[in-house]
Amino acid sequence: MSTPGADPREPWPLWEVFVRANRGLSHVHVGSLHAPDAEMAIRNARDLYTRRNEGVSIWVVSAEAVTTSDPGARDEWFESPAGKNYRHARYYEKAEGVRHL
Amino acid sequence: MSDPHADVHGDVTVHEVELAEELAGSGAGVASPDVAEYAMYLGDDALILAQQLGWWISRAPELEEDVALANIALDLLGHARSFLHYAGSASGRSEDDLAYWRDEPEFRSAWLFEQPNGDFAHTIARQLFASLYFEALYRGLAGSTDAGLAAIAAKAVKEVVYHVDHAEQWMLRLALGTDESRRRITVAVADLWPYLDELFRDDALTGRLAAAGAAIPPGSLRAPVMDAVEDVMRRCELQAPEVPYSAAGGRSGRHSSQLGYILAEMQVLARAHPGATW
Repeated sequence: MSTPGADPREPWPLWEVFVRANRGLSHVHVGSLHAPDAEMAIRNARDLYTRRNEGVSIWVVSAEAVTTSDPGARDEWFESPAGKNYRHARYYEKAEGVRHL
Repeated sequence: MSDPHADVHGDVTVHEVELAEELAGSGAGVASPDVAEYAMYLGDDALILAQQLGWWISRAPELEEDVALANIALDLLGHARSFLHYAGSASGRSEDDLAYWRDEPEFRSAWLFEQPNGDFAHTIARQLFASLYFEALYRGLAGSTDAGLAAIAAKAVKEVVYHVDHAEQWMLRLALGTDESRRRITVAVADLWPYLDELFRDDALTGRLAAAGAAIPPGSLRAPVMDAVEDVMRRCELQAPEVPYSAAGGRSGRHSSQLGYILAEMQVLARAHPGATW
């Protein structure tokens, strides 16, 4: 195992932080931080992102492990739903006699 | 029934944050003279260590560690405020009076806490010893017959458990990291080891208070703290250094040459501008 920081000019690796605010909610991305390894990343996240009772659970993910969509391909990826109103539930008329909808 | 101004997304409200009591044990009334003196031992240990850790702000190896050390320093400052507030109740002095207007011989902190920050390894070794000591002490003290001491210790113990974890994590990484980090933590442990013994020395005051169930006899902490220290050392694959114990006498106001410099920096502003607020 190579030791992070063995080269003093090399910064610690980047980690993405997810915090769950409460039971029943999902973990939400809150930001990122540097840490030498996952164990320390969790601790740094506790110090940086849960100082004011923001959470009950933390996940950290190595930023390198995150695969992102191509920001340059936004049009073809994300504009297609425009005008396709039938994808929304409210597009449809409520059938007669259906209750509790 | 339907409100024309209703937000289709539902109501969004900002709840006022409930702020918890800032000074633990502040409802416990006036401390007896003995308890006040003992609270000064405890408060001064936390105060001097907090002041020392504050030096690291903007100087830690990475921004994240800067925040971690500052967080720990602020926890310790909170413990110091609570203990000194309680100590001052016996003589009509505030925690600020005690922190800023006592001179070196009136401080009751042990020598471990005034030892220099050194390199990061020295700070971590000092944190390990200090945090393991605080944890064992506060666990016991949470059951004190003195309501003020018990309340402060019960709140502090949860925080120092986290400080122990922080120090252990760094001990392991420094000891098992590179040749250089292992060399540095080995030196740091040997430099700070002599100051452990003072923490476990019984004196007349702690004897009287322990008999009444108010204090934890320092001697009773030696075995649990040293066991915990040696457990971390074993996981770090480090040997206990063979160095003589220091003659430290902080509990009676005899300090090493370090404390004067720490107090000068800590007290200069309050003494230059008495009663200043901002």
